Amino acid sequence: MSGKTRTPIIEAHALKAVYGTNIIWNDAEFEVKKGQFVGVLGPNGAGKTTLFKLILGILPTAGGHLRVFGRQPSRGNRRIGYVPQRHLVDKDVRLESLELVRLGLGGLKWGPESYSGIHKESEQAMAALKSVDAEDLAHRPLGILSGGELQRVFIAQALIGKPDLLLLDEPLANLDIRRQTNMINLIAKIARENSVTILLIAHDINPLLPSMDKVIYMANGQVASGRTEEVINSATLSRLYDAPVEVLKDSRGRLAVLGAEEAAHPHG
Amino acid sequence: MDNSFSWNLLTDLQNMWQYDFMRHAFEAGTIVAVVAGIIGYFVVLRRSAFAAHALSHVGFAGAAGAVLIGVNPIAGLLVFTSAGGLTMAALGRRAANRDTQVGIVLSFMLGLGVLFISLYKGYATEAYSILFGQILGISSGDVLVTLVAGLVVITAMVFIFRPLLLASLDEDVAEAKGLPVAALGLGFMLLIAVAVSIAVQVVGVLLIFALMVTPAAIAERTTHTAARGVIVAVIVALLVTWFGLFAAYYLSYPVSFFITSSVFVAYVLVRLRQARRLT
Repeated sequence: MSGKTRTPIIEAHALKAVYGTNIIWNDAEFEVKKGQFVGVLGPNGAGKTTLFKLILGILPTAGGHLRVFGRQPSRGNRRIGYVPQRHLVDKDVRLESLELVRLGLGGLKWGPESYSGIHKESEQAMAALKSVDAEDLAHRPLGILSGGELQRVFIAQALIGKPDLLLLDEPLANLDIRRQTNMINLIAKIARENSVTILLIAHDINPLLPSMDKVIYMANGQVASGRTEEVINSATLSRLYDAPVEVLKDSRGRLAVLGAEEAAHPHG
Repeated sequence: MDNSFSWNLLTDLQNMWQYDFMRHAFEAGTIVAVVAGIIGYFVVLRRSAFAAHALSHVGFAGAAGAVLIGVNPIAGLLVFTSAGGLTMAALGRRAANRDTQVGIVLSFMLGLGVLFISLYKGYATEAYSILFGQILGISSGDVLVTLVAGLVVITAMVFIFRPLLLASLDEDVAEAKGLPVAALGLGFMLLIAVAVSIAVQVVGVLLIFALMVTPAAIAERTTHTAARGVIVAVIVALLVTWFGLFAAYYLSYPVSFFITSSVFVAYVLVRLRQARRLT
């Protein structure tokens, strides 16, 4: 039995996250295996980005046990690519996409770089842009890119370091439904071709349904995880929200979660 | 030798450089322009122009205080701007963008400077040169200080260039990648403080934007990579500084007037050209 393939990419037992003295969520139990496409779902403020920061080692765990690649998380892990949630770039920014992607490698290097070194970085940046179908954006200023174009450039920046794990925070924000579907297809393709494990934070489950292997759902200080149908059902979500929540399925398999918005803001 | 203007610029320069004060002015102005161009590009990129402006006002109190106790004003500038820069960095990058609080502190510092100046007998000229620059009064000692400070800033910037660029564009990614984002912010604030301190000699506290921000703003609007942006900012800062010294030698108006107005004209021309291209 080979130990290497058996080690999960991420392992969490009784994991707890706090913000100051407030508990954000507690008792999280989940495992992410190599090559899985995991959706991290839940209402605003549930602590989805906090989970990413724990995995990245930016925030310390407040309790329990978290292993990333079999180790304690620590900042600067080259095996993780991170695309934070970002607002649109200022219209005035004229720096080209290639520069931003190149910084995914060069941004970690101190001191001057040789001409050939920069040339090599540019080639790798071009390859990363190509892998997200965005080579044509290489010399375009960031300020004029659309939300979807920017997102692809950001993902290319994360991919240039050839990560084994990609953390994507709300990559579908600012996209219409059709572009959301395209983006998810692209991310799933990247995951397959580069055997990258994906954790993706999203608001809406439906664009993820065809690609998602697993769900981590956070609400009301609690965390549930499992295959999509194990988590996104009326019983599990009602238990999670501690309120009656209903999951309906339409004829095309799309899901609607009813009652979660109210349950997430009990005092609102 | 004939000291009137000729179209042979080399002869003109030879004429000017017979005078020590003109030579010193060209030397200090050149160093300051290079430093201001490099630092300014990141100031504009990080949208911390107001922080740089505030630091120069903090420096005014320092320079005036130094004059009062009989020390070289540049020493007072360095001490006060560094302390101001450290404070702003300690409050965090977002704090440096809190215009109201920064503005309140800078007006207090200006007031303090006014007090120091009034306690000193040589009131008018000292205040005037700190506020608006006095590059024609630069000594060879000042040039040496400027050179050393300039070399320190340039060396530091070459070392932190790419990590600072990533941290400026993308703080969250830089942090996740393990870069010391807070230390970079603090280090850069100190570099701004040094750059402001030497630039005050050329354009003064009130006109610091002309060298630190306007050339960089022109560069940011006309280039697509940071390396080219820095080069353009340096070239623009150099050209307007040299032009200012040149023009002030023949037309007896202040150097800082020629620098600020020529860089302003350059900026307006760039904006007009870009506006026309869009329509």
